[in-house]
Amino acid sequence: MGRITLDKVVKRFGDVEVIPPLDLTIEDGEFTVFVGPSGCGKSTLLRLIAGLEDVSAGEIRIDGKPATDLPPAKRGLAMVFQSYALYPHMTVRKNIAFPMKMAGLSQEEQDARIKKAADALNLTDYLDRRPGQLSGGQRQRVAIGRAIVREPAAFLFDEPLSNLDAALRVGMRLEISELHERLKTTMIYVTHDQVEAMTMADKIVVLRAGIVEQVGSPLELYKNPRNLFVAGFIGSPKMNLIDGERAKAHDATHIGIRPEHLKIVESGGTFTGKVLVSEHLGSDTFFHVKVDGLDEPMTVRAGGEVNMRHGDTIHLEPVSEHLHRFGPDGLRIA
Amino acid sequence: MSTQHSRSAARLMMAPAVIVLLAWMLVPLTMTLWFSFKNYLPLRGGDLGWTGFDNYARFVTSSAFWPSVYATLVIVGGVLVITIFFGVLLALLLDQPFWGQGVVRILVIAPFFVMPTVSALVWKNMFMDPVNGLFAHLWRFFGAEPVSWLSEAPLFSIILIVSWQWLPFATLILLTATQSLDSEQLEAAEMDGAPPLKRFWHIILPHLSRAITVVLLIQTIFLLAIFAEIFVTTQGSFGTRTLTYLIYQRVLESQNVGLGSAGGVYAIILANIVAIFLMRIVGKNLDT
Repeated sequence: MGRITLDKVVKRFGDVEVIPPLDLTIEDGEFTVFVGPSGCGKSTLLRLIAGLEDVSAGEIRIDGKPATDLPPAKRGLAMVFQSYALYPHMTVRKNIAFPMKMAGLSQEEQDARIKKAADALNLTDYLDRRPGQLSGGQRQRVAIGRAIVREPAAFLFDEPLSNLDAALRVGMRLEISELHERLKTTMIYVTHDQVEAMTMADKIVVLRAGIVEQVGSPLELYKNPRNLFVAGFIGSPKMNLIDGERAKAHDATHIGIRPEHLKIVESGGTFTGKVLVSEHLGSDTFFHVKVDGLDEPMTVRAGGEVNMRHGDTIHLEPVSEHLHRFGPDGLRIA
Repeated sequence: MSTQHSRSAARLMMAPAVIVLLAWMLVPLTMTLWFSFKNYLPLRGGDLGWTGFDNYARFVTSSAFWPSVYATLVIVGGVLVITIFFGVLLALLLDQPFWGQGVVRILVIAPFFVMPTVSALVWKNMFMDPVNGLFAHLWRFFGAEPVSWLSEAPLFSIILIVSWQWLPFATLILLTATQSLDSEQLEAAEMDGAPPLKRFWHIILPHLSRAITVVLLIQTIFLLAIFAEIFVTTQGSFGTRTLTYLIYQRVLESQNVGLGSAGGVYAIILANIVAIFLMRIVGKNLDT
C-alpha cells in the first residue's frame, strides 16, 4: 500500500514561500513524475514527502494516516538520491544491509533480501566491492537495491539519472520502469527532463514556482495542455507558439502547433519561410524555419526522406484539428 | 638533447635544497652517533676517548630510563586521546550553523598561535597556581581544598596544557573533514532509520577516520619532542621526565654528551617504531 495525500501543504524558507498551498493525491501503485524547470520546487516537494524538510502548514497522509510530524524513518518511504548517497566505506552488501540492520532484522532475513535484490539488479558479482570501485550505473543500482530491501510503501527518486551519460540513462530508465511493473509499488520520481517524464510516468505533475500547473497522464498532457506553460514544456521538440495577428485569426492570444502537425505543402500554406537548419535523424527530419513576421523560428517534423537545405523556401500548413488555442490569461480555450 | 639538458638543469636547481636538507639532517645525526660512542665530558676533562657501547648500556640501565619512556608514552597517548575526542566534538559543533560562526572559528584556532613556553607559563601561574590560580579560586569558592596541580597531578597537568595547545590543530583538520561529508549521505542514513548516534557511528566517524589518522600521525611526531612545557612547569620532577627531557638533563645538567647522544639514538629508534606502527594503521585506512 502506498497512497500519498498532500493537503494544502505549504513550505516557507524564511519569508519566501517556495510552495504555496498545494493539494495532490498519489494513488497506490502509481508511477508519478514531478517535472518542471530547475527551481520550481519539485525537489523540495519530494523532500517534504520524505520528511527531510518540515512542512510549514498543511498535512501529509500516507495510506490515510497522518505523517506530517513523523520522522523520515517512520514513514515507510525509501529514497534514491541524485548523488546515490552510498556509504563509501561499506561494501555493496553492507550498503544494502544498512537499513535492515538499523531496523534490527534477523541475519537470515537480511541475507535473503540481499540475495533477492542482488539477483533482481544484477549485483551478485559486486556484493563485496566498495562503491568507489563501481561504475555510475552500478552505483545507481546499489542505491535502488538499498531502497528495495526496505520494502517501502513508496519509492522516492530525486533526479536519479542526471549523473549518468546519455546511453546509460536510457538503459536505467527502462530498468526503473521494469522494476515498477514488477513491484507495483508507488513511485515518485523527480526530474527536469520531460523525456523521462513522458516515457516513465503513469501520471505527470507539472510544477512551476511551487504551483501545480497540470496533473495528468503523459498523453493527456501532450494532447490537451491546460495552459501555455505546459504546452511549451511538454513535448520534444517544443510546440510552436505563435501570438499576434496570426493568433487573433483563430480568436486567441496564442496558438500552438506541434512540429508533427505542420504539413509541408508545394505552395501557398499559412506559413512561408526559409529553412535555417535541418536535422536529419534518419527516421525523422526536423527543420527549423524562419517564417516572415515571426520572431522565433518554427520547428517542423517531416519524414526521414524529405530533403531540404539551408535557405530553401518552405510552405507550411497546420493540421487544423490539432491546433491549440490559448486565451489572454494563458489558459487553453476548448 | 633538451631532455638531457633539462635533467641536469633540474638537478642543479634542486641541489641547494637537497644539500641543505642533507646537511641539516645528516650532520647532526652523524655527530650524535659519533659522540654516542665516546666518553665526552666537556667540564670534566673533555674528550676521554672511545668507549664502545658503554653509553648505550648505561643509558638503558639507568633507573631513570624506563620511567621516562613511560612518561613519554602517557603524555603522548593522553594528549592524543583528549585532542581527538574533543576535536571531533568541537568539529561537529562548529559545523552547525550559528550566529558569529566566523569569529568563533578564529577564536578556536587561537591557542595554536601561542608559543609553548608562554602557554605553559600562563597555565602554571594563572590557572594551576595553588594560591593565586584561577582553579584555586574556583576550588575555594566551592569550599574545597585547592589542588597543587603540578606536584599532585603532574602528568595530568602537562597533558592538559599540551592538549590545550594541540586541540585547535585537531579541531581544524577534523572540521574541514566534517565539512566535506556529503549531506545526502546523512539524509540517506536518516531515511534508512539510523538515529543521530548511529549516524555518527556508521557514517560520520568512518568518514573522519582518514583525518583522524592524519592528526594522529602529525601530533605524535611533534608530541614525542615536547620540551618547553616540561621545562617551564615541573623541570622533569614528579615523574614528568620524558625521554627528550632525560636526554637534555644528561647532556646539559650532567654535562655528559656521550650518554645524552646515546639517549638521542634511542629516541630516534623509538620515534621510528611509533612511526612504522602508525604507518601500518594509516596505510590500511588510506588504501580505500
